[in-house]
Amino acid sequence: MTETLPGTATDPAAAPRDVVLDVRGLDVEYATGDDPVRACVDVSFTLHRGEILGVAGESGSGKSTLITALTRLQRPPAVTSAGQLLYHPRDGGPPVDLVTLSGRELRRLRWTTLSIVLQSAMDALNPVMRVGAQFVDALRTHDRRLDKGAAWERAAELLGMVGVSADRARAYPHELSGGMRQRASIALALACRPDLVVMDEPTTAVDVVMQRQILAQVLRLRRELGFAVVFVTHDLSLLLELADRVAIMYAGRIVELGTSASLYAEPRHPYTRGLRDSFPPLRAPLRRLTGITGSPPDLRRPPSGCPFHPRCGQRFDGCDERLPVLRDIGGNDVACHLYPEGS
Amino acid sequence: MAPVLEARDVSKHFTVRSAVGSTSVVRAVEDATVALEPGEIVALVGESGSGKTTLARLLARFYEPTTGEIRLDGAPANGATRAYHRDVQLIFQDPFGSLNPLHRVRYNLERALRLHHGVRDKAERNRRVEELLERVSLTPVEQFIDKFPHELSGGQRQRVVIARALAVEPKVLLGDEPISMLDVSIRLEMLNLLNRLRTEDGLALLYITHDIASARYLCDRIVVMYAGRMVEGGPKEDVIANPRHPYTRLLIESSPDPARAVDDRAELFGAEAGELGEPPSLIDPPAGCRFHPRCPFAMDVCRTEAPPRTEFPNGQWTHCWLHEDEGEG
Repeated sequence: MTETLPGTATDPAAAPRDVVLDVRGLDVEYATGDDPVRACVDVSFTLHRGEILGVAGESGSGKSTLITALTRLQRPPAVTSAGQLLYHPRDGGPPVDLVTLSGRELRRLRWTTLSIVLQSAMDALNPVMRVGAQFVDALRTHDRRLDKGAAWERAAELLGMVGVSADRARAYPHELSGGMRQRASIALALACRPDLVVMDEPTTAVDVVMQRQILAQVLRLRRELGFAVVFVTHDLSLLLELADRVAIMYAGRIVELGTSASLYAEPRHPYTRGLRDSFPPLRAPLRRLTGITGSPPDLRRPPSGCPFHPRCGQRFDGCDERLPVLRDIGGNDVACHLYPEGS
Repeated sequence: MAPVLEARDVSKHFTVRSAVGSTSVVRAVEDATVALEPGEIVALVGESGSGKTTLARLLARFYEPTTGEIRLDGAPANGATRAYHRDVQLIFQDPFGSLNPLHRVRYNLERALRLHHGVRDKAERNRRVEELLERVSLTPVEQFIDKFPHELSGGQRQRVVIARALAVEPKVLLGDEPISMLDVSIRLEMLNLLNRLRTEDGLALLYITHDIASARYLCDRIVVMYAGRMVEGGPKEDVIANPRHPYTRLLIESSPDPARAVDDRAELFGAEAGELGEPPSLIDPPAGCRFHPRCPFAMDVCRTEAPPRTEFPNGQWTHCWLHEDEGEG
């Protein structure tokens, strides 16, 4: 598979920059019984420093599998069966393949390089530990010279960054509101200044008003601290506003990848177009929308050829036989037979 | 037209006991008034904890209101009788939890026919079940009629739930977030189905959602709830284009809208979000307007007295002191 290139050159957010993570040909399988289920197939993309890459998909699209593979948090029966996760260190050293790292080497990179924000902060935070103590724990594990007092100060400072007042550091997670907990878990992910934060539906469990506040803070912190984000959600309308580039996943594969602006204005893949048109507009004139007929496929029995062909309104002979590969079509990467080789 | 279902000044207070034995009162819904006309879709929009689900359950008479009145066809409704539920059906958010998993689709639908219409003839029941499946577009019918709920996708299950509600031939459907657990790509089909039922059968629909964009797509009128109170309502385009209540404005500005101009977007996300706070506890809600602690325009009167209803010529209304002197009165 060809390496994914950034989108249109006119968008400053997508201009070539330092690469922080280079994902190449990643395959993840669930090894159950005789036929493993391929939940991520040949996933490749490049993430630049300070970039927000959105990953959108429905249930079963492989987006959660991708997250656990990127962060090496997967548990059996999930196995990364092929591909590389090349992390490029800040100091310009040679790239490290996260897939092959031992648990011990990984632990050194966690939090200082790579961290994660989960959908439910209640599950991510330890319920029997004060919120501040969880910061202290992480900070002192990764910096053994840091004394306790300084670590508590830093915890309060980190909470302040996301608008949680310092006195809440002494609170237990259940004493915080849902929005505050989620903000605290974002601050916690940023505690050791990682280069890359993976966010798994971080605002799905909070209301829209809180969502907007949290995302505003994430964007501000990204400007200040320069971390890159892989932001996974089913809410494409949110991603189109938030992300620099968006990857659309379907049945374990990236079917289109491009800048938010181009995916919104000119989606190439019929699935991307269908997904975009599944979100009624808030202000633009209303017209009848149809969504996408049918349901996402069962990955135990993926359709032949292009996995989207049974639901596709533009399919033609051959779509059910040949698998389209991701290719550069007018600046976006698209996997669809509508755009033949050389077009 | 006369409303088919109406809530007049209904309030619902729940008494809760804490671990140490003291009791407190949760004021989940306060003085809510809403009316549904035949063939009309009203969207009830609000965040979690705004009281929208409680109001739906009051309208379905799962709960008795603490004060106020529910009226069906102009007469006060008494108790949760079978006759009441023949006219008013509630669809839940979770299509996984609302079908009996031990029975096939056929049984789930037949039961409603038997209980509410006493259809005993087997051939007749079969015909009606097939008709229902066709109406919710679960075709070819043979593919679905003898399936168990777990053999269906989420969207198909929600269609069965809707078909079961229709089996009763109700006048009103109350949909409590009927699409929020479904995959994004199939939500629109469900909204189109609900819209078709309204057009074909003249059903009245209360569409409860936190998603104001889907509310705009489906409904005629929007009612916005905040912390147990209705704060604004009116024709959907008026409410969205020109929200009168500061909370409605906040809700609309916070909702994703990829069509927003890039400049707005930068401003929206770039602006220091500040501390806009969160909805209050309903055990001890703020005095006066419940939004005042978060309201950038809060005045002294907002902190002490609940704002009266102000009506505007276009059919919009709001409970906000900012508009006290405007409108029709």
